[in-house]
Amino acid sequence: MAELPVLEMRNITKAFPGVIANENISLDLKKGEVHALLGENGAGKTTLMNILFGIYKADEGEIFMEGKQISVSSPHNALKYGIGMVQQHFTVVPSFTVAENVVLGLKEMGFFVKTKTVESSIKKLGESYDIPVNPRARVWTLSVGEKQRIEILKLLYTGAKVIILDEPTAVLTPQETEVLFKAIRKLVSEGSSVIFISHKLDEVLEISDRVTVLRGGKVIGTEVRSSIDRRSLVRMMVGRDVLLDFDKPKTEPGRTVLQVENLTVKNDKNLEAVRSLSLSIKSGEILGIAGVAGNGQRELAEAIYGLRKPVQGKVVLNDKTLRHTDVAQRIKGGVAFIPQDRRALATCPSLSITENMFMKNAHTNNIPQSPFNVNIRAMQKATEELISSYSISTASTKTPARFLSGGNLQKLVLARELSTKPCLIIAEHPTRGLDIGAMEFVYRTLLAHKERGAAVLLLAGELYEIFRLSDRVAVIYEGEIMGYTPPDPKFTEEIGFMMAGSKQGEIA
Amino acid sequence: MNNIESFILSTLSATVRAGTPLLFAVLGTIFTERSGVMNLGLEGFMLIGAIGGFVASYQTSSLLAAILVAMLAGAILGLVHAFFTVTLRVNQIVSGLAITMLGTGLSGLWGKDYIGVIARRFEPIKIPVLSEIPYVGQILFSHDLLVYISFIMVPLMWVFIYKTRPGLTLRAVGESPDTADAKGINVFAVRYFYTILGGSITAIGGAYLSLAYNSMWIENMTAGRGWIAIALVLFATWDPAKALIGAYLFGGITALGLRLQAVGAHISPDFLKMLPYLLTIAVLFFTSTDTLKRKVGAPASLGVPYSREERT
Repeated sequence: MAELPVLEMRNITKAFPGVIANENISLDLKKGEVHALLGENGAGKTTLMNILFGIYKADEGEIFMEGKQISVSSPHNALKYGIGMVQQHFTVVPSFTVAENVVLGLKEMGFFVKTKTVESSIKKLGESYDIPVNPRARVWTLSVGEKQRIEILKLLYTGAKVIILDEPTAVLTPQETEVLFKAIRKLVSEGSSVIFISHKLDEVLEISDRVTVLRGGKVIGTEVRSSIDRRSLVRMMVGRDVLLDFDKPKTEPGRTVLQVENLTVKNDKNLEAVRSLSLSIKSGEILGIAGVAGNGQRELAEAIYGLRKPVQGKVVLNDKTLRHTDVAQRIKGGVAFIPQDRRALATCPSLSITENMFMKNAHTNNIPQSPFNVNIRAMQKATEELISSYSISTASTKTPARFLSGGNLQKLVLARELSTKPCLIIAEHPTRGLDIGAMEFVYRTLLAHKERGAAVLLLAGELYEIFRLSDRVAVIYEGEIMGYTPPDPKFTEEIGFMMAGSKQGEIA
Repeated sequence: MNNIESFILSTLSATVRAGTPLLFAVLGTIFTERSGVMNLGLEGFMLIGAIGGFVASYQTSSLLAAILVAMLAGAILGLVHAFFTVTLRVNQIVSGLAITMLGTGLSGLWGKDYIGVIARRFEPIKIPVLSEIPYVGQILFSHDLLVYISFIMVPLMWVFIYKTRPGLTLRAVGESPDTADAKGINVFAVRYFYTILGGSITAIGGAYLSLAYNSMWIENMTAGRGWIAIALVLFATWDPAKALIGAYLFGGITALGLRLQAVGAHISPDFLKMLPYLLTIAVLFFTSTDTLKRKVGAPASLGVPYSREERT
């Protein structure tokens, strides 16, 4: 085809303090195609797209739009060229209605916002792309999938020709993903072009026309969909073959480590999220809790770890009843917590890796410290060892934690929580948002600790993760355990029924 | 009977007069804080407006010039506040407190030679027809021009904030600057603009004190009204309509205290003077509880400096 590409990026280079995020990257996008940008976390996908969208400035390189060189200085500028981006963290104003979000910043609106006209045109636009929305709904009342639809509508409303989707499926249910894919197909059939950033192979293979693989800030290759398969993509992404389906080590469950009795916990809205729930985990055992997000998993984990005060019930660790909301007691008792929200709950973004690594040292005293003279050198040395044994990629031990990518941050949390050899590990969505390499690492680490004799409470949304890791599966629904099954895909249907609220005995 | 009637009427009329400086200060600050810039410097803005307006009136005998100079003085302080909080991203609370001290000090220095002098003041203008309405006419329509301007400003600001495109932009910048930025809105420019505009409106509140309410310059004449106004912004939940209610509620308490003293009620004058401040503490107490905070819907990014490349 002699047709000019809609968009071309040539020799883009961008460096951050201590890391080169993009090195000499070239990429082109044809009219009406879905071009996937595939790579592990930290490979430079998002940085590259932020450059295209004007959020970052490239150190070197050029961008061409339909053959003409353009310089994108801001997101606003990018929108003028017809480049729009749906970011991982949605840019919507939660307290505004859908319509207000769509018209925000549009100059041609006139002084007064013509609410009625806007609302009806948004409704029509949504219907024509199979993405129905209610333009009068307040955005904070919407589900994640709906918020994403609004992001896409916003771009369509301004007439974007190039739409960048940054890991759009990371937060979606399988059904919502289907809706999104339908919309993407509709978009390209109408002449738009889509850049689809992802690290999920199956999705990339399903939706894209071409795939560009990034690794370590460099382009490994660009392939047409028909000429590649899963295996070759993995090799390009990770640089070697990865095996996610490894055997579970066989262990004999020992004595009971954690015993939860009649626990009732309220959530932030003061409603009962966990209702007189009981469970127990033995040493050398992984108990997987399956359930749709928001059925009390988070509250359960936080109550066990002492971050949330239960209304009633007991938490017993190694035959000792724990005081509610006493986190220090749990740390001293050997409880490790891997929370879902790595940036807010597990790390202090501005503190260095060393400081994050030894945040619990005050209670565990792994590296003996005098209260008057902190032995930084010993901490740094230990951190260096942990960095290499958990293969965290970072410029130095002094780098602030916020500069780490998602996968590396999770490795940092694992290193801190697990290097003390805990007897109980509470892992909440331990692989959410991680790429395959990092996922494999998390799985191996958790299984190794199980083999060592730790008890693990695994709260995960994805069933395959629960099947792969756990010894028993419990299904939670509205804060109650509906039943237990063995970790076998054979039981998927039964689990599905329980996730939707049927008690185990009730399923015909 | 007639005595009680006239007591109530004059108290209500004084309520409007005492509430007006607070109303200007609260309206101005609603603009500033809706854009996400917290302003604790109200006392400074009001004082600099009070002296600026008074000096201009004394020198030129022009009330228009007086108001313009007061607004300009407030705008300059607003520019300083914006420079520190938006460009340098200094902690907004610290900058606000510094502005209070700066405004207090500057106004004292500037006003040194104007203590005890007399300048032209805003005289009450009875609005024809309207002021003839029994009771209402005396309470609402027998005041000076600034009071009427504040009346008009409340609905105008309400419509501006909730119904227009620039109002939408303003709210978006205060709620979610990332979103606004992604939509091509210049977050920095918006914050500068409304910090300066808000500062100049707040300064009119101060000028009202020196040109209408007291009609002279006294050092530190705001006497804590700036702090009361800060509490009122919370009370009003950044809504101009509720600002009116809040300002007159406090105005009423002040007026009542003064009237009661005048008729020789047996209540300690110190206690009466204390009332507005007690109410301020009560407002802060009740608006700071967690549940309420979530309900009132403060601009979500209030107090958070914005920076493009530092997002996580």
